[in-house]
Amino acid sequence: MHFAGFVAQLLNGFQYGLLLFLIASGLTLIFGVLGVINLAHGSLFMIGAYAAFVVVKATGSLWLGLPVAMLGGLLLGAVLERVLFRYFYAREHLDQVLLTFALILIFEEARALFIGNDFHAVPVPAILDFSIPITAGFSYSAYRFLVIAVCLALAGGLFWWIERTRMGAIVRAAAEKPEIVNILGIDAARVHLAVFAVGTALATVAGALAAPLTSVYPNMGDGLLIISFVVVVIGGLGSVTGAFWSALLIGLIDTLGKAYGPSFQGTALGNAVAALAAMAVYVLMVAVLLWRPTGLFGQRP
Amino acid sequence: MSKNKGRALSRRELLVGAGAASAAAMTIPTGWAIAKAAPLKVGLMLPYSGTYAKLGENITSAVELLIAEKGGKLGGRAVEIVKLDDESKPDKAQENAQRLTKRDNVDVLIGTVHSGVQMGIHKVVRETGTLTIIPNAGANAVTRALCAKNVFRTSFSNWQPAHGMGLALGKRGVKKAAWITWDYAAGAEAGVGFKEGLEKHGGQVVKNLTLKFPETNFQPLLAQIADLGVEYVGSFFAGGGAVQFVKEYKAAGIKVPLCGSGFLTEGVLAAQGAAAEGIETALHYGDGIDNPKNIAFRKAFKDKFAREADVYAVQGYDAAQLLAIGLEAVKGEIDNEANLYKAMRAAKIDSPRGAVSMSPSQEVVHNIYLRRAEKGQNKVIGIAAENLADPGTGCKLG
Repeated sequence: MHFAGFVAQLLNGFQYGLLLFLIASGLTLIFGVLGVINLAHGSLFMIGAYAAFVVVKATGSLWLGLPVAMLGGLLLGAVLERVLFRYFYAREHLDQVLLTFALILIFEEARALFIGNDFHAVPVPAILDFSIPITAGFSYSAYRFLVIAVCLALAGGLFWWIERTRMGAIVRAAAEKPEIVNILGIDAARVHLAVFAVGTALATVAGALAAPLTSVYPNMGDGLLIISFVVVVIGGLGSVTGAFWSALLIGLIDTLGKAYGPSFQGTALGNAVAALAAMAVYVLMVAVLLWRPTGLFGQRP
Repeated sequence: MSKNKGRALSRRELLVGAGAASAAAMTIPTGWAIAKAAPLKVGLMLPYSGTYAKLGENITSAVELLIAEKGGKLGGRAVEIVKLDDESKPDKAQENAQRLTKRDNVDVLIGTVHSGVQMGIHKVVRETGTLTIIPNAGANAVTRALCAKNVFRTSFSNWQPAHGMGLALGKRGVKKAAWITWDYAAGAEAGVGFKEGLEKHGGQVVKNLTLKFPETNFQPLLAQIADLGVEYVGSFFAGGGAVQFVKEYKAAGIKVPLCGSGFLTEGVLAAQGAAAEGIETALHYGDGIDNPKNIAFRKAFKDKFAREADVYAVQGYDAAQLLAIGLEAVKGEIDNEANLYKAMRAAKIDSPRGAVSMSPSQEVVHNIYLRRAEKGQNKVIGIAAENLADPGTGCKLG
């Protein structure tokens, strides 16, 4: 194992983990505060990416695409909460699953109808279209550093909102002891609206940020939805702090597993190690569930 | 909907034809006369929607172009085209192939683009015995272990282009290369072609790097390349994935040159932009092939359809040419299978890509050109493998 290559892989894992955090934090907030399992969260990521694609295609500027994805996400989240989700908080999880699964189908069909099924590349902004050498033979594109910076800034903003503001305190209270919030006579509807809108916007911004890295294509959010659920489960349902550490952990483990797992192949033991490395994050999830069923940062029952 | 219409129309035409024949000869028409008068039904099972729609359209246009050039007749018989959108959906492939062969009773099936769908078609036509010509899908098995006397391919096997690339590197004295692709059949088949080409000249593939299809998180793979100590990186990606891969390879600042099966830069050069400049690939077609046939074909295609022909159009055009050669040999009597297949197996096609023929396993034998991406063109810079035939391993034909 070459040390310089290893450093580059750590960077890859860190950047991937931060992007996962943006998606998973919205998922965990919405579940923790509203009790809704939102299967359509991956589709929101897809919508953000396509929004960036459309804006970049029309104006040539990702700097416009990012705020559009964020404001659009806030608006979309608010509308979805007002029109649909509000009526499903008290319903069973199965009803919520049906609702959000229907949303996946609707979003994908709308995407096919308005934009089509093609794979589209989204150009990196010209000013960031250069690379910074990490090792002798491997460079890291400047845009990836921007993604890291934006993710860190958004994570900071999110923690500030939850830990330092009045509404954040209510959000935390609602996630831990929902009945208290009701007893105190707080306007829960407003908190619900804000949480859902913020959760949605985090996913759409993640999509817009990822668009130049992954290109946009149908069902692009599906794989990320599954891995985000793993992040949420490992971090502890409803815990944003948990989602942060668990996203970084999974980003690193997944990247290192993909990079170094296959090199063990050859012997019987090596093949087993390689196979385990390929599904390392799921092995980790099982281990965490056995050791701490509520996740790393989850509330003990 | 359109298929029902097509069927009704053909029945009416058949009756008109039969009536006209009987009126002219003043005799009761024999079955042979009816068959002769009926148009030849050519089923096009291709993607007309989804990611591969453009490929399906170009293949269709090229088939129509050749039929028009032959005056609307193949082997003296009028041609009726029945189109079916296979949507590139493997799970619907068998059902769709059955619709064409059993319900619409097509005489010939030309299709398709997606290898998974091809396997479905293959299963059906091996049973029905319908003459099938493949204008794109590269799955090796179709002209290897699963080859069939009624199935021909005018496009390529996945093995061929990458094998040409491997040979070209080997000739250059390259000893160590890596291979990078999606973890799926086409990528693996191309990888074997590349490896065998390199090994012929004493080189070797020291590392296979793969990621799940159609993921585009190439970074964990790219970060390993510098440490492998290889002279070249070969690859198989296509479409949007190829655009992304080529751009990220460039952005990663890797000093090892990238090369690959021609689909890496085919039809996507504009989207790849400067990142693709200088990349060498191998394919059975390219820009700057200046034989008269190619010039005439490209002009005719552009005049008729107002867009440029591409490698997919060439493959479709040759599928129709091969069919024409077979039908001319049997004067339109498609049921004369023995002579039809014999003529098709022996066919010498004047293709826009150069002269091509058929291998014993009924796979196209053609030059694999070495190309370099220059200013938005895949410039042909040499021949990577002359008259390259697929080994046809496991095929018992011929």
